Amino acid sequence: MEKFSTIISSAVPLPIEEVDTDQIIPARFLKATTREGFGDNLFRDWRYHADDSPKEDFILNNPVYQGQVLVAGKNFGCGSSREHAAWAIHDYGFKVVVSSFFADIFRGNSLNNGLLPVQVSADFLHEIFTAIETDPNTQLKVDLQAQRITIVATGASEQFDIDPYKKMCLSEGYDDIDYLLSQKSKIEEFENQQVAW
Amino acid sequence: MAKTLFDKIWDAHVVAPVNGGSEVLYIDRQFIHEVTSPQAFDGLAKRGLPVLRPEKTVATADHNVPTANQHLPIKEALSRFQVDKLTENCEKFGVQLYGLGHAYHGIVHVIGPELGITKPGMTIVCGDSHTSTHGAFGCIAFGIGTSQVEQVLASQCLVLKRPKRMRITIDGELSPGVLSKDIILYIISKLTASGGTGHFVEYAGSAIRALSMEARMTVCNMSIEMGARGGMIAPDEKTFEYVKGKKFAPTGAAYEEALAHWKTLYTDEDAVFDTEYHYNAEDIEPMLTYGTNPGMGIKISEQIPMVAKVDNPTTYKKSLDYMGLKEGESLLGKEVNYVFIGSCTNSRIEDLRLVANYVSGKQKADNVYAMIVPGSKLVEDQVKAEGLDKIFRAAGFDFREPGCSACLGMNEDKVPKGEYCVSTSNRNFEGRQGPGARTILASPLMAAATAINGKIVDVRKNLN
Repeated sequence: MEKFSTIISSAVPLPIEEVDTDQIIPARFLKATTREGFGDNLFRDWRYHADDSPKEDFILNNPVYQGQVLVAGKNFGCGSSREHAAWAIHDYGFKVVVSSFFADIFRGNSLNNGLLPVQVSADFLHEIFTAIETDPNTQLKVDLQAQRITIVATGASEQFDIDPYKKMCLSEGYDDIDYLLSQKSKIEEFENQQVAW
Repeated sequence: MAKTLFDKIWDAHVVAPVNGGSEVLYIDRQFIHEVTSPQAFDGLAKRGLPVLRPEKTVATADHNVPTANQHLPIKEALSRFQVDKLTENCEKFGVQLYGLGHAYHGIVHVIGPELGITKPGMTIVCGDSHTSTHGAFGCIAFGIGTSQVEQVLASQCLVLKRPKRMRITIDGELSPGVLSKDIILYIISKLTASGGTGHFVEYAGSAIRALSMEARMTVCNMSIEMGARGGMIAPDEKTFEYVKGKKFAPTGAAYEEALAHWKTLYTDEDAVFDTEYHYNAEDIEPMLTYGTNPGMGIKISEQIPMVAKVDNPTTYKKSLDYMGLKEGESLLGKEVNYVFIGSCTNSRIEDLRLVANYVSGKQKADNVYAMIVPGSKLVEDQVKAEGLDKIFRAAGFDFREPGCSACLGMNEDKVPKGEYCVSTSNRNFEGRQGPGARTILASPLMAAATAINGKIVDVRKNLN
């Protein structure tokens, strides 16, 4: 996993709530057996017509909005556990997703792929949406070490939570397997005393 | 100290604490399938790692398989490649596969319980969010991502933070024609699609106790649809009887020993939950969804809520537009051309017996294409042994071979654009059953009644 450092970037707004992982990447695109290339089909059915021509009113097809940060409505990533959703968002080029609420499995999958879910208050989310609406080039600063997200132009900022262990993993580029392998003797010890059902 | 059922099982599986409050949790069983496992095996191969405990993982191919002519090679090249990849990986890493053609083949959450692989007190994971189904046996069972599939293959463990505990108690008696599917759709309509996020749910109360094991699986199955990490029900005599005699269940002295442990698996009287909800079974009617997430559900006697009454009008209007429905409208009498009976939610033998009993001697409406997809080969065999397949065919239903089928718009079974489908599955997201398809979630009885009438009716008014 690549290391996550501070990001300063413009953002793409998606002010829709309850965005499920079937929208992020529909099931018919889950037939691949590698992790790469899912970005092409990110938000496929919102982004393209059935004949593969782009839907011009969808935000990803509007060149005014660019950047490494996706800002979305609450309960982002609900539904299916498909990690392909996190892969698709990351593969497209996003490094951060901001929302006022994330579904649990999506949050975990993101953290395992160097994609940082930043949960902010509903008020601050609204403030970000408004700032981008006023100026599509609004820069957001996401500082993992300080656990702070800032609207650069106004200085308005908010603290966000992240599990200390996952924070370490993201900053160092470690994943859970490295950690779990280091626990091998404890795992064997546990197995020896566990009753086998 | 008084403990919840969840904490008893969790505590018994903690291998070690992790800095920052997470824990290394031991996983007793992992189920894998063709869609969310190839990248995990790839990861192992790249690191040069074996599967640590191959006997603790069981594989099947269910999401991406056709539900007709399963004896022939899969026609679609990408799907065939993915299913072949699973076979190859299982051979290479020594994992038991119940693939196409195997007597135990089926949907992952149907075969685990019916084979006795799922047992009370276990921790169970699968790269599939409906893994919560196994919670019906008093297990901590939940869906994981592919990176975590790889972690469990490599170490039989996961690094996890303990979720909050929620209890949902349903007391009272269900009315005739109201099923366990209606209970869970009712709960989700109350709590919304995010109301359970961060929590693990225990379902309790007399209405839950009265349910059969298969009906309990339907309830636990949809826990993720309110955002919960998983759902569980304390095991009781029904659970013990169900497990007893199953293919991989313990026998003799081992069963007695296991039983003694299983009987300790309940929430202590004084245990405290972070969140509690109480509902009355008498308040539950046949339920239907009208929108594009499972929280958007109403009773059959209710109308679609007015836009002015919801707190997210933009998202709500987008959803109604997609569904081609209007605020204030009733779903009664709505013409429907597609009916899907199947999925890990409602494809077990009891579901199919209920449907057979209802459609026996009747004919589906001319405008309807209705498919019935058994959850597993064992379910299919049982259907045939009881002659239910003949009843389905005589009534004009298409009885197919096991798989996830039209639940997820991945394999050949899809619903056309713009068409309504009354479905016994678990998700009504945009495009879930195929691009542009409009899903209305309901119980197997409501689905059967829709097929017979060609439109949505109140099944309570014409029960056999």
